[in-house]
Amino acid sequence: MTDSTESPDGYSASAEVGAIRQRRSRAERSWLALKKAPLSAWFGMIVVAGYVFVALFAPWLAPYGEADIFITPFAPWDETHRFGTDQIGRDILTRLIYGARNTMGIALVTTLLSFIIGGGLGLVAAINRSWLDQFLSRAVDVLMAIPSLIFALVLLSIFKPSVVSLILIIAVLDSTRVFRLTRAVAINVAVMDYVEVARLRGEKLGWVMKNEILPNIMPPLVAEFGLRFSFVFLTIAALSFLGVGIQPPTADWGSMVRDNASLIQFAQYDLKAGITPLLPAAAIGLLTVAVNFVVDWFLHKTSGLRDEQ
Amino acid sequence: MNDQDQPLMQMTDIHIEGYSDERWHPIIKGVDLQLRRGQVLGIIGESGAGKSTLGLAAMGFARSGCRFTQGQVVFDGTDLLTLKESQRRKLWGTRIAYVAQSAAAAFNPAHRLIDQTIESATRSQLRPESESRQDAIELYESLHLPDPANIGERYPHQVSGGQLQRVMTAMAMSSRPDLIIFDEPTTALDVTTQVEVLAAMREIVDKYHTAAIYITHDLSVVAQMADEIKVLRYGEEVEQAETRSMLSSPKEKYTKSLWSVRSLEKPESRSNDIVLALKDIDAAYGKTQVLHGINIELPRGKTVAVVGESGSGKSTAARVVTGLLPQSQGTVMFNGDVLPPALKDRTPDQLRRIQMIYQMADTAMNPRQTVENIIARPLEFFHDMKGLEKEKRLLELLSMIELDESFLDRYPAELSGGQKQRICIARALAAEPDVIICDEVTSALDQIVQEGILKLLLRLQEEFGISYLFITHDIATVKAISDEIVVMYQGKVVEQGLKSQILSPPHPEYTELLLSSVPEMDPDWLTGLLASRDGRAGA
Repeated sequence: MTDSTESPDGYSASAEVGAIRQRRSRAERSWLALKKAPLSAWFGMIVVAGYVFVALFAPWLAPYGEADIFITPFAPWDETHRFGTDQIGRDILTRLIYGARNTMGIALVTTLLSFIIGGGLGLVAAINRSWLDQFLSRAVDVLMAIPSLIFALVLLSIFKPSVVSLILIIAVLDSTRVFRLTRAVAINVAVMDYVEVARLRGEKLGWVMKNEILPNIMPPLVAEFGLRFSFVFLTIAALSFLGVGIQPPTADWGSMVRDNASLIQFAQYDLKAGITPLLPAAAIGLLTVAVNFVVDWFLHKTSGLRDEQ
Repeated sequence: MNDQDQPLMQMTDIHIEGYSDERWHPIIKGVDLQLRRGQVLGIIGESGAGKSTLGLAAMGFARSGCRFTQGQVVFDGTDLLTLKESQRRKLWGTRIAYVAQSAAAAFNPAHRLIDQTIESATRSQLRPESESRQDAIELYESLHLPDPANIGERYPHQVSGGQLQRVMTAMAMSSRPDLIIFDEPTTALDVTTQVEVLAAMREIVDKYHTAAIYITHDLSVVAQMADEIKVLRYGEEVEQAETRSMLSSPKEKYTKSLWSVRSLEKPESRSNDIVLALKDIDAAYGKTQVLHGINIELPRGKTVAVVGESGSGKSTAARVVTGLLPQSQGTVMFNGDVLPPALKDRTPDQLRRIQMIYQMADTAMNPRQTVENIIARPLEFFHDMKGLEKEKRLLELLSMIELDESFLDRYPAELSGGQKQRICIARALAAEPDVIICDEVTSALDQIVQEGILKLLLRLQEEFGISYLFITHDIATVKAISDEIVVMYQGKVVEQGLKSQILSPPHPEYTELLLSSVPEMDPDWLTGLLASRDGRAGA
């Protein structure tokens, strides 16, 4: 090797200039992102935080016990019962507060489960790409061909409606969509050279999934998590409304709408009474909108669609 | 042309800033540029020097996230920067045209070539459509496209990359612009195709007396095209001079260093101790057979360069060796044993002894892992290293690749191209391999950085006796690093031998074509080559 060609201007590898980028801690970066968040995202985050707060501290916030029954059914709004009582005399406000805990808790567990099932299988299918991928993908196609609410109704009437079967059935039905998304984004990452490097090293499937692929597909999955959470939440409310979801005496917004639906007819005599069944419905609606605001912002941020300067 | 003295394009004191990381950073720091009608100006520099930004600035355009902060772009008497966007838009495509690097990405796959060629001329109502069509066919003819009368009826995917690049030139030419900006138009092409495209471009620019700005990082290419060369670095002009005097007597230190880069050459040596041998290998993707009975031998501690144009089977051969694509026939011998064809049948020790370095260091490193994670994994995986021992070895590896411990907690996005490639080399070294397969490892890098990487690889070979299977299409790189050369063409090995044998005549026909197509740093090279090829074709 000839050394006569030593670079005249003292070339040194470590002095090469990489991308100009200021090092920031995770907290600083999050704060920067938050500062630039649009109003809708802030609204969404505040509302979601409020719901979480209510759900966590339900026993302290609620004036009465979850299943306490009082003498007057359909009592009007007054000092003792802020939003009146329901058809068998339970305090509406109390049940609204407990409902946040139950509906959101169950929706959260269900969504997590569906991500573990769908995400796990999706990753395996994306890396494996053999008959297993074909088998899983076609099975998912079949499941998706059946309208999920009707399918869930059928399954729930076969198995006894309980919280566990509710969670399992919705999680499995919902995992089909998670599977598709995970598989689609993971395939793009699985063909990268660094995954090939790991395979050439002889790494195990689980290691490749956890260390090489998962960190690179997190943003779309997180966004999807928010969105799926809303849908699961709506499904549970719908099933409860139909009477096969969360069973009494557990408080739940969907069944509260159904139980008090007849009150709507009294709107002509007492407007407040008419509004009562709309309260749990509004709680459902507000949370869904809030979650979607946050997800929209997050998706926009991670999709690389930059605002023009 | 009556207005020879009046410059067509006069850019003065151009400043452009780019927005990133919450701040504005200067990209171009006060560059002047002058262009007369019919003049071709070459702009060269490393990536990040601001070449493309300057080229676009000549259109009065700044990419999104960039802005002009100072300066004037006077084109034929009007300052483009004072015009409204809509007025500038009228000039683009008609009086100023742009030819991008990747023709494949610039064409709409859903429309026929001729419709796209004449689009700007027709839309600006320069000529009626039928006339434009006739004119496009003439342009195709003067660009030496095959079957000029009908090629326009094809879709972009039905022609080759070199042809597409020429159609794009025809598109730019169709409204007879006063100025064309070529932004690395031949960088994505094979050397053999590059020659044809260069010749066609030069001819047509000459024929219509069009002024051109030719942006490239390849000196030998710019030497063929430009009347004058401007050297950029860090957004500033280093020097500008007439091509011949620039090549023969560059003034600035930086320019001289650019010129001297290609003189690296390793003395060849022979060895009969074969570490890796491919014997009669056939390989296929599905039903398409890609390799036809190839034989390659890699001596221990030496470098075998595999050269050939894209599609010749170079990378496929590498995939067979790594086990990613099991061969359909033949055997791979490694250290005297038969290497199992499939990856999953190989022992961890066999996997450790063959490592690979990729062309694109960007995609070869997980963007979510730090340098430490990336290099430490093979240490843990193959050598079971932990704690202090691992840390000590990490620092050793970093010093081998001439970097220091401050790089350990960086992410790939925080490294330069050359540094990324060095980290990939360190990852391969961490396994302590016998053989490293280098797949075009320097072709995505600037010349000075390339030289640094090649020197590093040579030093590592001397110190650790590693053998390289070096896949490349760049003959200068081959000269710099190889002991032996394998020439591949259409899935077959044309010849294998010592560097001096292969590079000196007589050559088989294909080797001759490949070698003669490599541009030289001589402004008369292309003219000479075309004359000699014509002479042979005529004889």
